[in-house]
Amino acid sequence: MEVFLIFISAVLVNNFVLSYFLGICPFIGVSGKIESASSMGFAVTFVLTLSAAITWLINRYILIAFNVPFLEYVSFIIVIAALVQFVEMFIRRMSKTLYDALGIYLPLITTNCAILGLALFGALRQYSFIENIVFGIGAGLGFTLALVVMAGIREELDLADVPKPLQGAAITLIIAGLLALAFMGFAGLISA
Amino acid sequence: MSDLNDTRRGVFGEFTKGFWKENPILVMILGMCPTLAVTTSAINGLTMGFAVVFVLTCSSLIISIVRNIIPKQVRIPAFIVIIATFVTMVDLFLKAFLLDLSKALGPFIPLIVVNCIILGRAEAFASKNSVGLSVLDAVGVSLGFTVTLIILGGIREILGMGTFFGMPVLGARFERWVIMLLPPGAFITLGFLLGAKNLIDRRMEEKRK
Repeated sequence: MEVFLIFISAVLVNNFVLSYFLGICPFIGVSGKIESASSMGFAVTFVLTLSAAITWLINRYILIAFNVPFLEYVSFIIVIAALVQFVEMFIRRMSKTLYDALGIYLPLITTNCAILGLALFGALRQYSFIENIVFGIGAGLGFTLALVVMAGIREELDLADVPKPLQGAAITLIIAGLLALAFMGFAGLISA
Repeated sequence: MSDLNDTRRGVFGEFTKGFWKENPILVMILGMCPTLAVTTSAINGLTMGFAVVFVLTCSSLIISIVRNIIPKQVRIPAFIVIIATFVTMVDLFLKAFLLDLSKALGPFIPLIVVNCIILGRAEAFASKNSVGLSVLDAVGVSLGFTVTLIILGGIREILGMGTFFGMPVLGARFERWVIMLLPPGAFITLGFLLGAKNLIDRRMEEKRK
C-alpha cells in the first residue's frame, strides 16, 4: 500500500514537472510534437529507474557507510553522467531503432534536473530500495504524462491566434501554469 | 547596431549583456527549474541568485585557468565535478549560517549542479576565453539571473502575500492571491514576464526605425 501511494503521488499529485519544477528545460524544449515528447519521456523514465536503483546503493553503501555525506552531489552527478553514457552505448548495441528514435535526447538527459532531483529526494526521504525504484518509475511516468499532454496542446496551438509578444516560450509557460492548476485537482487524492 | 556592439562590446559589454540582451532566463530560457521553484518570495530569489553568482564566478575562474590542461573529450565531466564542488561549498555554508533559507530552498541548492546556465557558460565562454573576461562574463550573467529572480519573486510575493522582502506593502485589507505562491502562479508570472520583455523589445525596435 505504501509503495502504491508513492507511485500515485509521484505520477499525479507531486508531478515532477508541474509541482516540483524538475525537468523544465526538456519540458519546454521537446514538447513541440507528441512523438518526440513520448520518446523523451520514455528515455527519461528508463534512466530515472536505473539511477534510482544505483544512487540508492551508493547512498547506503558508500556515503552512509563511510560517513562522507558531503560527497553526495559530486558522486551522484558522476554516476548519472556515467549511467547516461552507458545506457546510450547499450541501446545502440541492442536496438538500432530505439537508438535512432531517441537521438539527441539521450545525452541531454545528464543535465535534466529531474534525475539528480530524484536522487536527492530519495536520499532525503530515506526510502527503502523497492520504494526508491517505484518512486523513480512514477516520477518518470509523471514526466512523460506532462510532456505528452503539453505536446498535444502545443500541436493544436499552431492553429490558434496567439498575441505576437506571447508567442513561443511565453505562451508555453502560461499553458504549463494552467496545466499545473489542473494537476492541483489531484491533490485531494492522497491525504498526507 | 551590430557594428556599434563590436567596438563597444569589449570588457564592459561582456559584463552588461547578461542583464538584457542575453538574459539567461528571459532570452536563453535557461535555468528554469530554480527560477520557477524558489521564487515564492523576493528574499528566496535573492539567496538563490547569490548562490549562483558564487558558483558561476568561481567555476568560470577555475575552468578558464585549467582550460588548456583538460583534454577535449573529458571536458564536460571535468566541468561538472568543478561545479559540484562549489555547489557543495555553498550548500554547507547556507546550512551553517542561514539554516532557514537553506530549508526554504531545499533541494534546489544542490540542483545548481545541473543548472544549464552554469554548464552553458563554462562550455560556451570560460573554456574559450581568458581568465579576466570569463569572470566578468560570469558575474554579469549571474547578476542578470539574480535581478530576474528578484523581480519574479517580488511580483509573486507582493501579489501572494502582500509583502516585499517581508515588509507589508499592500495593507491589511488586500485579499492575497494564494495561487501566486503555488506552482501555477510561477509558470504564469514567468510567461507574462517573457511576454513583457518581448513587447518592450519590439517597441524599442520600432522606435529605432
